Amino acid sequence: MSIKEETDALKRIPLFAKLDSAKLKLLAFMSQRLSFDPGQAVFAQGDSGDAAYIVLEGEAVVSIDTPGGPIEIARLLKNEIVGEIAILCDVPRTAHVRASGTAPLVCLKIEKDDFMALVNEFPSMGVEIMRELARRIVRSNAQLRQAMAAKSA
Amino acid sequence: MDFLGGFLILRDGGELDRSIFRFVWRFSVKETVLVCLLVAVAQVFYYVTLNLPKNIMNQGIEGRGMSYPTEVLGLFQFDQIGYLLWLCGLFFLAVLVNGGLKQYINSLKGKLGERLLRRLRYALVERILRFPVPHFRKVSSGELIPMVTAEVEQVGGFMGDAYVHPLMQAAMLLTIATFLFVQNPIMGLAAISLYPFQAYIVPKLQKRVKALGKERIKAVRKVSERIGETVGGIQEVRTAGTAAWERADYAERFGTIFRIRFDIYQRKSLVKFINNFLNQCAPLLFYSIGGYLVIRGELTLGALVAALTAHKDMTAPWKELLDYYQAAQDAQQKYEQVVEQFRPEAMLPAALQDLPAEPAPGLSGPIVLSGVGVQEDAQTKLLESISLTIDPGARVALAGPAGGGREALAMALARLHIVSGGSIKIGGRDLARLPDAHIGASLGYVGPAAYHFSASVRENLVYGLRQRPVVAPDARDPARARWLAEAARAGNLDLDVNDEWIDYARAGAADAAAFDAIAARLLEKVDLAEDVFVFGLRGRIDPKSKPAVAEAILAARAAFRRRLAGPDADPALKGLVEPFDPAAYNENATVAENLLFGTPLDPAFETDALSGQPDFLAVLRARGLEEVFVEMGRKVAEIMVELFADLPAGHEFFERFSFIAADDLSVYQAILARTAPGPDGAPSAVVGEDRARMLGLPLKLVNARHRLGLIDAAFKARVLEARAAFAGAKATQGKIAFFDPDAYNAAASIQDNILFGRVAYGQAKAQATVAKAMRDLLDTMGLRERIFEVGLEFQVGVGGARLSPAQRQKLALARALAKRPDVLVLNDAFAAIDPAGQWRALEGTLAAAGSATVIASMGDSRMAEKFARTIVLADGRVAQDGDFAGLAAADGPFKETLSG
Repeated sequence: MSIKEETDALKRIPLFAKLDSAKLKLLAFMSQRLSFDPGQAVFAQGDSGDAAYIVLEGEAVVSIDTPGGPIEIARLLKNEIVGEIAILCDVPRTAHVRASGTAPLVCLKIEKDDFMALVNEFPSMGVEIMRELARRIVRSNAQLRQAMAAKSA
Repeated sequence: MDFLGGFLILRDGGELDRSIFRFVWRFSVKETVLVCLLVAVAQVFYYVTLNLPKNIMNQGIEGRGMSYPTEVLGLFQFDQIGYLLWLCGLFFLAVLVNGGLKQYINSLKGKLGERLLRRLRYALVERILRFPVPHFRKVSSGELIPMVTAEVEQVGGFMGDAYVHPLMQAAMLLTIATFLFVQNPIMGLAAISLYPFQAYIVPKLQKRVKALGKERIKAVRKVSERIGETVGGIQEVRTAGTAAWERADYAERFGTIFRIRFDIYQRKSLVKFINNFLNQCAPLLFYSIGGYLVIRGELTLGALVAALTAHKDMTAPWKELLDYYQAAQDAQQKYEQVVEQFRPEAMLPAALQDLPAEPAPGLSGPIVLSGVGVQEDAQTKLLESISLTIDPGARVALAGPAGGGREALAMALARLHIVSGGSIKIGGRDLARLPDAHIGASLGYVGPAAYHFSASVRENLVYGLRQRPVVAPDARDPARARWLAEAARAGNLDLDVNDEWIDYARAGAADAAAFDAIAARLLEKVDLAEDVFVFGLRGRIDPKSKPAVAEAILAARAAFRRRLAGPDADPALKGLVEPFDPAAYNENATVAENLLFGTPLDPAFETDALSGQPDFLAVLRARGLEEVFVEMGRKVAEIMVELFADLPAGHEFFERFSFIAADDLSVYQAILARTAPGPDGAPSAVVGEDRARMLGLPLKLVNARHRLGLIDAAFKARVLEARAAFAGAKATQGKIAFFDPDAYNAAASIQDNILFGRVAYGQAKAQATVAKAMRDLLDTMGLRERIFEVGLEFQVGVGGARLSPAQRQKLALARALAKRPDVLVLNDAFAAIDPAGQWRALEGTLAAAGSATVIASMGDSRMAEKFARTIVLADGRVAQDGDFAGLAAADGPFKETLSG
């Protein structure tokens, strides 16, 4: 797989969808392509968040520790991003992510510092990301309203 | 070497006289007297060379007063021609002897001057070694260096001449004057008649020059100081935007120097003018007075010609004397200015740096301070009447606020501060009277910013063991003995720096080899062993001088290979390393590495230089690869321009990611524009210099890392063909250390030799996993020590610049511990180490110190917990003294520093 395909993968992620392709290409070029064997941890809950990962091949499970043991909360498939909150603000990882399935998990690792440097250089990127985050808030507000309505009904 | 009262006197160059003439006289009486005698003898022959021409003219040529044939010395009979030749022969002989003597005197003078220069330089350096430590805050090395090197050089040239030169010239002048008087007193008077006038006026003019010279030196020194300030404060200058003000300041200073220098020049040239003028006037007197006398028949023509010749000879020594006078003034001034800087107050007495004949007695016993005071200058008191007793083997922490006296006390205990009142006694011996060498052998000191010498880790570790030569050779090579004797003649120390100075016994080792084990243990204690091991892994060895190590590393390479693949493979390492295989393209190496398949020994074969290397290009061309590379380069350039064109120049991404430097991006853009595909879709050819630029780009491509999709199977196959061609090419032999699975690669690090491949990109945590596996392997193979030894050879750089501040402190701790001191003084020694490492280093140091008395001044009061006793200093006095728990509980300054 070459940088072109990785750029396409980045394009399919809502957070990056509106960015122009030259910048996405630069982001892909700067990012590391990493392969994890099935079962290998990508990161663990409580780690400091230094990078986001985009799934290019294979799949990963997201789990959190609970008093009753770890619980799987999500599965990540191709072109999904994980850990993006960590590269925007300094919070420890809120969940475990590990490779699952039988084939190796291939990810694009976007370093926090590189990403921030890129945003600093191209403020339009920052604006796009703000828009995407705002959309998410609108969406979760709507979900919250729905949930409240369902509860009171 | 002299022994006096049991002390080996290190020649200290004596007191530095304020007058250069006294300095020269004191150290060159014998030589000067010898030269005087030779000068006197030379005058006889010189007189002959003056007198003979007259005889040749009068007797030989004109035959006046002679009857031929004539008898000489009652032995030979000469006719007139024969006699003329005889006189000429005599003249030649006199010239020869006179010239020979002059040459000999000059050579003596040269030796004398060079010795005096050597002595002066040595005396200056010797003084620097004895400067009071606080003085180094006032003088910078920027001031001291030019004084010892450049400024003294000019003075040194003069010192050989100081007495001999004027003496020689004056003697010549006197001889000529005598000759003239003998010929005719009136002629003699005429010749010297103008000298008194010159002798009167020149010093008058020179006086002003002297004053100006002083001004000049001061002005130039001031400029050096200002340059130092500008360099040191460059960030302030830039951020304050004061470049214009700074420039104006320099312009002003250079203006002053210009005025002084031009003034000096004018005055000097005036002196020269007066001299020349008067000298040229003198022949006028000869022609008029001498001509008159010849016409009157009172003087022979021969005598007049001889007198004219003699007077012409006279101008040279006279001019030399005047030049000498100016040079002497100049030299005296420079000498004074230098020497003044080397007499600071409170220098360590010279005797304390002499080498005691008996070995160091040690510093065991209690440390007793009575009424100790330390002053920085007349006003500032750092310590006031401190009285304490510290038991031998005690562990004492010095705490308290910064500047409260704990630092000063630590420095006083190491005699870096000279106490101004009271005394420090260790085991009954007064610290102020102990020779440096005895203190150095038995007391370890580590300051807050330890210095390391530009040498290996090992050399720095043994630095504390070099107080004196320990083994002198039984018989010294005669050439070496002469070398040392010459040192003594110039007042330099005549101990041989090439003898063995390292006292391994003090470290508890029998010899250098045994010391390595001790070094390993100490470095382990101070938490530096792992770092040194890593230095070793990154280090290189010469397999010829260490065949056993190279062999062992090759065995490790083979063992590591078995862990990567095959029946014994370690599953954790699967796919993490791509070994170098002569028959396969390495996806994780650059294209250049794949082509060369070796480590460049000649810088012309480094990746950055490769595109201009003719032999490399020849192989590419022969394989038809040149065009492929240029085309690939064009594609890389296109991508780079696309990716990086929007970034401002100087952005960190260029350095880290781009194949093209920011400054060159526009050049590549222009090339791309020139070769852009035309209407037919085919790009036009890249020509000329552009080719080399394009060709260089793909060389840096690592297929697995850059993922540009430019390297396909066909390309790889052609690279492999070129690789074989390279290995076989004559031009590359000896310039590249080729990767050979069965041979040690001397140009690569030990780590690379074991790995013999590249860690794969794109495998999660590959670097860490591989590094760990390699270490495990080395441990099981028992190779750790061998690699550690290579790490000890790691060069630390000037001032230890290649070490991190924490590593420098740890190495200094190990150095202080290596001599197994009786007293170990630590002065904020841990502050530069990271918080977790601080405690490890402290505990390790205390454990390694054994029975030594340890006194540690520490900013972090919590660390005092590890010490049995804590002394708290504030305002230069002892504020509290007790154990940690007690002090931590009691109200007082210690509790405050704990919470703060």
